[in-house]
Amino acid sequence: MKHIKTLNGATLKNSAAKGGCGECQTSCQSACKTSCTVANQKCENTGK
Amino acid sequence: MIHTFTALGCKIVVDVNSGAVHVLDDVSYAILEQMEGPLCDHLPEEVAQRLPYERQTLEEAWQELLNLQEAGLLFAEDDYVDPETAMLLPKSAQIKALCLHVSHDCNLRCKYCFASTGDFGTGHRMTMDFETAKKAIDFVIARSGKRRNIEVDFFGGEPLMAMDTVKRTVEYARSVEKEAGKCFRFTITTNGVLLNDENIEYINREMSNAVLSLDGRKEVNDELRPTINGKGSYDLIVPKFKKLIAGRGTRDYYLRGTFTRFHKDFAKDVMELASIGKNVSVEPVVGKESDPYALRESDLPELKAEYERLAEFLKDHRDVNFFHFNVDLAQGPCVIKRLRGCGAGCEYVAITPDGDIYPCHQFVGNEEYKLGNLEDGSFDMEKSGKFAELNVYTREACKTCWARFYCSGGCSASNLLVNGDIKEPHTVGCELERKRLECAIALKAIDAGMAE
Repeated sequence: MKHIKTLNGATLKNSAAKGGCGECQTSCQSACKTSCTVANQKCENTGK
Repeated sequence: MIHTFTALGCKIVVDVNSGAVHVLDDVSYAILEQMEGPLCDHLPEEVAQRLPYERQTLEEAWQELLNLQEAGLLFAEDDYVDPETAMLLPKSAQIKALCLHVSHDCNLRCKYCFASTGDFGTGHRMTMDFETAKKAIDFVIARSGKRRNIEVDFFGGEPLMAMDTVKRTVEYARSVEKEAGKCFRFTITTNGVLLNDENIEYINREMSNAVLSLDGRKEVNDELRPTINGKGSYDLIVPKFKKLIAGRGTRDYYLRGTFTRFHKDFAKDVMELASIGKNVSVEPVVGKESDPYALRESDLPELKAEYERLAEFLKDHRDVNFFHFNVDLAQGPCVIKRLRGCGAGCEYVAITPDGDIYPCHQFVGNEEYKLGNLEDGSFDMEKSGKFAELNVYTREACKTCWARFYCSGGCSASNLLVNGDIKEPHTVGCELERKRLECAIALKAIDAGMAE
């Protein structure tokens, strides 16, 4: 494309199918204790 | 729903519901800024008339945008959950993470401490005995269902003041994890005062992550994080943190600071911390608007500009890992995790030295929110359910926020502190979160070589 570069595809949509295993880290257990950010956690689903 | 923004010289659109992110040129950005909803088949005449570009150029850009829309990468629908049935999402999530308050005592007197300098406003300072910690491990094993990964953060007050309990707890958990089908991961959040060669070696062996509290520049840290005697703590702590980091190998650690309205130029504190170790987390303080250190809405322009300054610095220092600019666009958490948020009160609880259970570390001492106690085996499922039902559809303000699948609804404790309601987002916190996300996504675009 001439005018647009896609940095990321429809990853959220794709994650819905096999998500929700709950094995990922709890956000406040990492390096934040006051300002929750979930998108910086790692996915730990070994079955997807 | 889309969100267009500029940051670090990049023009970007986030397609909120699909998770797609595109870097735009001037023409496509100008078009999208005019659009409130999905694109129609042809470039609208009024849009063409309004924009200072040649017709052919506008038509080309429009077609590219239309192609993205047809591919589900622009103006995608939110069909994850019927908002009307969002309240029916699972309400009894399994507990998989503990904030274990092994010490309600501290050897620093930080001026913004939400734990009232260690005792959480209780008036009595104490450490957790091993029997209580053992019950906490048994509690999380029993409550975690099929979840394998269990996290325990040794927290306080200052957890190194209860090092014996820490060691015995780790030993006990390791002795039962295999049979229970669990994998325990331990972390510790420390101010570093009591670090010595022995416990540095222990932490670097046993803790999967070490969160090292320091506020950045010496003058800032020493003003806000004095010792009990009122002296600065920087010179006492920094050599110990350096030693710990040097022995950390590939294991995670974060130098973690707090910024307040006393020092809004926090990018300098990130730079200072980055000179000590490359993994840095510096967060806005949590406080009521009446607290002198608390951040106010009037501070937002200055704070947002500071995040931009920080992003400019990090653009040229990609070896520095700033926690709050980490966004894994492609391999991050699934949408189910993202719509439910931090899990406080249902997946994550804090446990005090008395064995009291609270939704998270920030609720400790707030009796109204106490969930139960390890001694008497109580656990209030109804109260826990109030947290389990929180998601980006049941928090009214999140429904229209472009950042909802990144921040996942924010911090219930901050909401309660500032607005008196765990469901009502904290405006200052939300504004800063959105700014951080814009910076983080722009840095990703630069890393991918997509900046002009």
